[in-house]
Amino acid sequence: MAHHGGGGGGGAATGFFQEDEILGKAYDARLMRRLLGYLRPYRGLVIVALVILLGLSFADVAPPVIAKFIIDNAIAPAVSGQISPDEGFSRLAPFGALYISVLLASSLFRYGQSMLASYVGQNAMYDLRVGLFKHLEGLSLTFFDRNPVGRLMTRITNDIDALTDMVTQGVVAIFGDVFVIIVIAVVLVILDWRLALVTFCSVPILVAMTAYFRRMMRESFRAIRIRLARVNAYLNENISGMAILQLFTRESRSFKDFDALNTDLLQANQGGIRAMALFIPSVNFTRAGTSAAIFIAASYWIVGGQLTIGTLLAFWQLVERFFAPIQDLSEKYNIMQAAMASSERVFRLIDTEPTIVDPPQPRELAHVRGEVRFDNVSFAYNEGDWVLRDVTFTISAGESVAIVGATGAGKTSIISLISRFYDVQKGRILLDGLDLRELRQMDVRRHVGVVLQDPFIFAGTIASNIRLNNMTISDQQVRSAATFVNADKFIERLPQGYETVVTERGSTLSVGQKQLLAFARAIAFNPEILLVLDEATSSVDTETEHLIQDALAKLMVGRTSIIIAHRLSTIQNVDRIIVLHKGRVVEIGTHRDLLAQRGVYHRLYELQYRAHEASASA
Amino acid sequence: MTSARATFFHYLGQRKTQLAIGIICAAATALAGVVPPRFIGAIIDALQQGTTFQTVVLLALASVAFSAADAVFRGIARYLLLNTARQAEYQMRNDLFAHLQEMHLAYFQHQRIGDLMARLTNDLTAVRQMLGPALMQGSFTIMTFVFAVLSMLGVSVKLTVISMILMPVASLAFWYVGRKVHIRFERLQAKFGDLSTKAQENFSGIRVVKAFSQEDPEARDFARINREYVGRAIALTSVQGLIWPTMSFVLGLAVLSVLYIGGQDAIRGELTLGQLVQFVAYLYLLSWPVIAIGWISNMFQAGWASLVRLQEIFDAKPAIADPIDAVTSPIKGEVELRGVSFAYGQTIVLDDVTFKVPAGGSLAIVGPTGSGKSTLVNLIPRLFDVQQGEVLIDGINVRRFPLQQLRRSVGYVPQETFLFSVPLRENVGFGLDRALTEAQIDWAGDVSQLNKDVEDFPARYDTMIGERGVTLSGGQKQRTAIARAVAKDPRVLILDDALSAVDTYTEAEILRRLRGVMRERTSIVVAHRISTVKDADEILVLDDGRIAERGAHRDLLERGGLYAQMYRRQLLEEELEVDEEREEHEKRVKHAEEELGFGMRPPLGGRGAEPPDR
Repeated sequence: MAHHGGGGGGGAATGFFQEDEILGKAYDARLMRRLLGYLRPYRGLVIVALVILLGLSFADVAPPVIAKFIIDNAIAPAVSGQISPDEGFSRLAPFGALYISVLLASSLFRYGQSMLASYVGQNAMYDLRVGLFKHLEGLSLTFFDRNPVGRLMTRITNDIDALTDMVTQGVVAIFGDVFVIIVIAVVLVILDWRLALVTFCSVPILVAMTAYFRRMMRESFRAIRIRLARVNAYLNENISGMAILQLFTRESRSFKDFDALNTDLLQANQGGIRAMALFIPSVNFTRAGTSAAIFIAASYWIVGGQLTIGTLLAFWQLVERFFAPIQDLSEKYNIMQAAMASSERVFRLIDTEPTIVDPPQPRELAHVRGEVRFDNVSFAYNEGDWVLRDVTFTISAGESVAIVGATGAGKTSIISLISRFYDVQKGRILLDGLDLRELRQMDVRRHVGVVLQDPFIFAGTIASNIRLNNMTISDQQVRSAATFVNADKFIERLPQGYETVVTERGSTLSVGQKQLLAFARAIAFNPEILLVLDEATSSVDTETEHLIQDALAKLMVGRTSIIIAHRLSTIQNVDRIIVLHKGRVVEIGTHRDLLAQRGVYHRLYELQYRAHEASASA
Repeated sequence: MTSARATFFHYLGQRKTQLAIGIICAAATALAGVVPPRFIGAIIDALQQGTTFQTVVLLALASVAFSAADAVFRGIARYLLLNTARQAEYQMRNDLFAHLQEMHLAYFQHQRIGDLMARLTNDLTAVRQMLGPALMQGSFTIMTFVFAVLSMLGVSVKLTVISMILMPVASLAFWYVGRKVHIRFERLQAKFGDLSTKAQENFSGIRVVKAFSQEDPEARDFARINREYVGRAIALTSVQGLIWPTMSFVLGLAVLSVLYIGGQDAIRGELTLGQLVQFVAYLYLLSWPVIAIGWISNMFQAGWASLVRLQEIFDAKPAIADPIDAVTSPIKGEVELRGVSFAYGQTIVLDDVTFKVPAGGSLAIVGPTGSGKSTLVNLIPRLFDVQQGEVLIDGINVRRFPLQQLRRSVGYVPQETFLFSVPLRENVGFGLDRALTEAQIDWAGDVSQLNKDVEDFPARYDTMIGERGVTLSGGQKQRTAIARAVAKDPRVLILDDALSAVDTYTEAEILRRLRGVMRERTSIVVAHRISTVKDADEILVLDDGRIAERGAHRDLLERGGLYAQMYRRQLLEEELEVDEEREEHEKRVKHAEEELGFGMRPPLGGRGAEPPDR
């Protein structure tokens, strides 16, 4: 397959790495400006950090300079007998003290700098991460339908981490390098401008070399990333489809394809190694050459008495340091490239506009009676693929209505639309005569309680799952809500009662218990309108089943209730039944009337409810 | 079972020569690296004593020669050692994939794909970093350390002792801080876990969050956790940030004490100025190893832990393998199960199932969800092996056929369609060694009713499938899977609920064509719809892992048992479906009209069911 006439170059790639294939340049001015915008609130600290960084550069450059004075002013004159040994010893002491204080200063600056960088970087990325989270929470469900949770998780964890690395390490390192190079250049000129000129001869060579290798590295990194993505996508796909691979005796050919991709990757990696194996020695060699040139030139001037040995040694040391930043260029390049790719992905998410927004001048929703009206509503999740077609009905305040229909009839969509998880394409939905789109989402949802099919349990306690984050709901209210929906008995049997810790996705609770908890949650918020999605829940024991049925009946009293029912008892208890078929309302009426009509409802009843009741009682 | 240690040496051992030369080059690098300070010392001494310019030039050039040697050897060592690691990584990745190819289906059900992928990516990288950068830097570091200390001893034992006294202090500090770093890092990771959980929970439970208007409070809670995370990250930096300043301070102190005490020695004439400079130069050479050692040991630890995780994959043994005494007689297609029982752990899925389908016969299996239908058909191509009883083909236990031969003669359409992101043509020809001929693909496409869909694809059968190409509908996917199984020209064809996403009209077309194709082959069809199974020679009704009823359609209806109940329910369902059928039919007609060129009129008449345009 790897050579199948260029059909994507063996491009076996699933979504595994698809979006992660954004490669990123090492520097993108637009993204960088935007990223640096997150540092703005901390600009005072950033300036302090830069000053410290500059101080650090001086402190790092100072020791070789002090060593120069130690040699030129104390040791060399004493050795050559210009001053007495005792004079030499006594001159050593102050330089030693200075040296130690510079060392101390350097250590303090370095520590302070890393603390500041961490503080600023972490806080700025805190802002970005929380901002991203808030933004995501505000996006519509359409967005969540299309983006797998895993992908969003990668954005909010790994990508932000890569950016934090860049801010706390990458940017600091680059500024530090620039400062050190400038400070060294200045110090060299001050120490001896002629020798400095000799040193600077190496700069054009270095610049040319770096430019050349940077291009090589960019190409090489690019090739590596693309090929690695392909290898991993291939692995992911083939491991996922291993059964098919084996059933169709495809092992050896698929191995051959994989080997081809893997070999491609190896070759790209070897290219990268070759580039670096040439680059690093080249830099070292240039450095050695520069040192030699300095020694030769300096010796000429020293022999002529125009230069001291100490200056030569200072130059030798400083030139070593001058080259150091270039050595780990590729590492910084990697950090920057990863960060640029991450920021592009993160910003792309931040730039996603929510499709459902509050109107600029929302209508007030002070007192809700609870009348719900669908007025010629048509709705599709995907353009043209209608789920609801021209649906019209009115549910008066306080009425309880069941919506029935075969799978795919559009029942769930009705619940989602009343909560305004989605907007309708045609027609309108009215709450007490007001179009949902003229209201604040929050106002609507405050009055509309929802019990979802798969009761979602948050990590926390039983009580926190009932009141969620709403602290105005007192412990007493939590308890009475639980009691009202028959959840109190099982809760009180739990080891810590309402304070029992429940784990993620509620794995410690049974399905029935979770459902009761979801009822309690809905009732604690005391909504005027209640939506219940109650489609076939399997494995609920008879006792719990009775509790649920009883709770449901109590919930419906005194408030508008719209229920997607799967229990016969529920549909027998409601005021009216709306029968949906293929996205259309086909029948409306009471259980008795509809049965008598012997239409769609009758058949549904035979199929779903009677059969269910029969198997439940068996 | 091999150990991680054996694996480590296995992969390095395959490139022994390259590795040995690389390490020798690393030694040569370190050796060449300690020479230049000697020349620099000589230059200083020469300058002190007054010398000719030529002498200095010669000494400087000699120094450069050694630096050049250092650079060249470093380049070679770097290339060889990193390359060894990359080749080992390549080899390991290939071996892991080949090993996984041999693993049985149950392994992949047990082991999560995400976890396997994490091992094949992150862990493999960590191992490669251990074999490459860590090994290389380790070699440089150790040898530089040895040669530098030896050279220092050659200059002055006293100064060596003085400068080395500080090293244990540095190690001790490093060890102490390192422990704190470890603890705080764990604490940070724990908080990171909380943070991920919070985000994950919110994204998965977004409906509840929105329904109860919990966006703001949840965001506040996320911010709170995040704030704690930031606090711990800064707390980590506050100890981690100590390491480097401390190290450089200790190193600076060593240099200062050498300058101070060595300077006094020089003044007293016990040491030349050149020797003093030479000594300081050695200390600078040591600075990198001192800093790098912690980093290298971290890489080794992480790499080893990852190697152990990869070893776990290698250690898993395939439960389903080729027989030793293989039977290679050609398969005709008689399928028989004799007293077969099967359980996943404690759950019994099949209980004493016995049946026989003669070569060329047809068998259908129906039954409620979870009754063991899929498991049953999985046993025939040995995706699983039975725990009790026997599965026989042509009277021979399937375990005695070579796996390849067995699976080549079985065409299998699984319940969950899995297609590969390669062109459609390759998906259809997936089970064939040679590329499909046009005639073959046309035939398979006709049987599976895929041809008419393909007409609409941009590059017909060369269209890419998946995220990079067209997204197929559920029905199209199933029909591709049918074409894929048929194209193999199998002796036994198994359809595991493979027509569920295909509309009944197309289903009938496919079944009609399949009957033609399957006249001389054995077919086993698992289905929910009576329409799919009613023409089979024999129908098995599976309930809770046991055969509840068996017989032909008519007999089963007369019996009035489970099958008859199913039948009655489906008649009702079909009544509900009638509208859809009609619509589907209308669409088909419209499509045909458009094809013929006279369907392009505005949709006014004949669509009375549509709501009037508002």
